[in-house]
Amino acid sequence: MRTYEVAFIAAPNTVDDDLSKLNSQIEQIISDRGGKITKVDNWGRRKLAYRIGKFDEGVYTFVYVEGSGQEIAEVERRLRVTDFIIRYLTVRTDEALKRAVKLKSKRKGSLAPRSPDDDFELDIEDEELMEEI
Amino acid sequence: MAEMDTEERGGKSARMSRGGVRRRRISRLSAEKIDYIDYKDVKLLQSFIAENGKIMPRRLTGVTSQQQRKLVEAIKRARTIALLPFTKF
Repeated sequence: MRTYEVAFIAAPNTVDDDLSKLNSQIEQIISDRGGKITKVDNWGRRKLAYRIGKFDEGVYTFVYVEGSGQEIAEVERRLRVTDFIIRYLTVRTDEALKRAVKLKSKRKGSLAPRSPDDDFELDIEDEELMEEI
Repeated sequence: MAEMDTEERGGKSARMSRGGVRRRRISRLSAEKIDYIDYKDVKLLQSFIAENGKIMPRRLTGVTSQQQRKLVEAIKRARTIALLPFTKF
């Protein structure tokens, strides 16, 4: 199973009804194809980092999807043909997240890398031990 | 033995002090143990882009090459979705 994040920006003058209609359509598309929505993040209206068309701000939505990938193709097609969507981006996240978990466990398992300061302290301890002996 | 150690250490610190003001030995990525760099984390990514919107070279930020690669990908994604600028002015 793959996980995806689908982000899309709606034009700031979009009617709330249209946006919620689109959201339920996306939900329908995904569940029809055996996928699952794990989370929906609504950032609401946000200033764009640069102008897109004639818009300075947009309504951000992030949908977290679990599925085979087929539902993504259809969701993207839907977003493409929807007039008030000014930008969208899909990112596959399962592989990167898996790698992140691996890195984390690796770090826990091995000793933390020694910094130069640690070395210094160890040197002193060694010398003191030598003197004691 | 002890003498050699101090000599080595002196050399190291001299090299470090030549680095300049912006040089950071350890980046936030390592310090906070961030393994997954999210393109939505605008605040984090902003600390790795220059004033004009360019991605900073890792010799200035102190990230590892693996981290830089992930960082670049995340910044480019953020640009696509208009969370970060391609350029300013």
